[in-house]
Amino acid sequence: MNKTHNQKAWFMVLPVVLLVAFSAVIPLMTVVNYSVQDTFGNNEFFWVGLEWFEEILASNRMHDALGRQVIFTTTILLIEIPLGIFVALHMPKKSGFWSSICLVLVALPLLIPWNVVGTIWQIFGRIDIGLLGYTLDQMGIDYNYTQDSFAAWVTIIIMDVWHWTSLVVLLSYAGLKSIPDAYYQAAKIDQASRLSVFRYIELPKMKGVLLIAILLRFMDSFMIYTEPFVVTGGGPGSATTFLSIDLVKMAIGQFDLGPAAAFSLIYFLVILLISWVFYTVMVHSDKEAGL
Amino acid sequence: MDLSWMGWTVPTAIFFISIATALVIMIIWSIKTPQAPRVGILRFETTPGDRLFISLLGSAFICLGWLALFGAPLWWALLVCFLYALSVFRWV
Repeated sequence: MNKTHNQKAWFMVLPVVLLVAFSAVIPLMTVVNYSVQDTFGNNEFFWVGLEWFEEILASNRMHDALGRQVIFTTTILLIEIPLGIFVALHMPKKSGFWSSICLVLVALPLLIPWNVVGTIWQIFGRIDIGLLGYTLDQMGIDYNYTQDSFAAWVTIIIMDVWHWTSLVVLLSYAGLKSIPDAYYQAAKIDQASRLSVFRYIELPKMKGVLLIAILLRFMDSFMIYTEPFVVTGGGPGSATTFLSIDLVKMAIGQFDLGPAAAFSLIYFLVILLISWVFYTVMVHSDKEAGL
Repeated sequence: MDLSWMGWTVPTAIFFISIATALVIMIIWSIKTPQAPRVGILRFETTPGDRLFISLLGSAFICLGWLALFGAPLWWALLVCFLYALSVFRWV
């Protein structure tokens, strides 16, 4: 069969190429330019070479923020993924009134904007007027997220779990719903235990959506800014200063554009690497499953 | 159009031009001799484009590592990057 080769359809992508160039490529190029220069404003730049990169790579401030970021992201992934699966497993399987109610209830936190979530928890945790803070205080538990870094961490982690576990639940639920009944019937004939049904039927079938959930939660939590900024502002001290909070402090607070640009490029490369690994694993496992 | 806010310098311009050139060369190469994806030492399928991406991303980390360990200049690091890219294209 003779195929006509016509590549004109590529022009259809032109608008999105222009849009991405305008919103991502040009700003990224500018950041690269800033990272090798120093400026005092007024578009005057002085060449400094790779000095900022060396400074950032050797700075304790960056190492600490990166360490906190890794701890935060690992903690919330370790809580949200199992919790999300657990909740999804206990939602009504048959479509109907109750499953719709559950879905709406679960989806509610996802509809709330980040800064509102931050404000809710900031007030919720206050000792004087917040329900959580006041109750804990009355129970004699020493809880003050503005002074105690442990309390601040617990507050932020619980807030993130409250906000984002729903995403994992929805994705896992979608994965569970796609399993045909025949699998469960076969498991019943084999007298499989609940645990082996989960291990050999549900988990493998959820693998694809779970990888997406982990990827999304990783990227989102690794660049988290608004919620901890609203609740603790990175404090007490710098106990909850994550990478993006530190970066904004450097770029806008101190107006150190050069170091901030070098910082954000390193940050970008780390995220790019991990996202690429996740993406490759995801595409690879899809191909293995013949999707 | 005033682009002075972008703060262009000759080295960064060379940097971006070389990446753009690499992309153009890859396009021409894939038109001249189309290559099927293959499975290399990383045990998954890669196209030449994937290998370019792995080379560039890896090179960025090699340069960062070099800066952290030995500091500027990066000439020797660039040599390492080049060897790394060659081995990626050969074996991955």
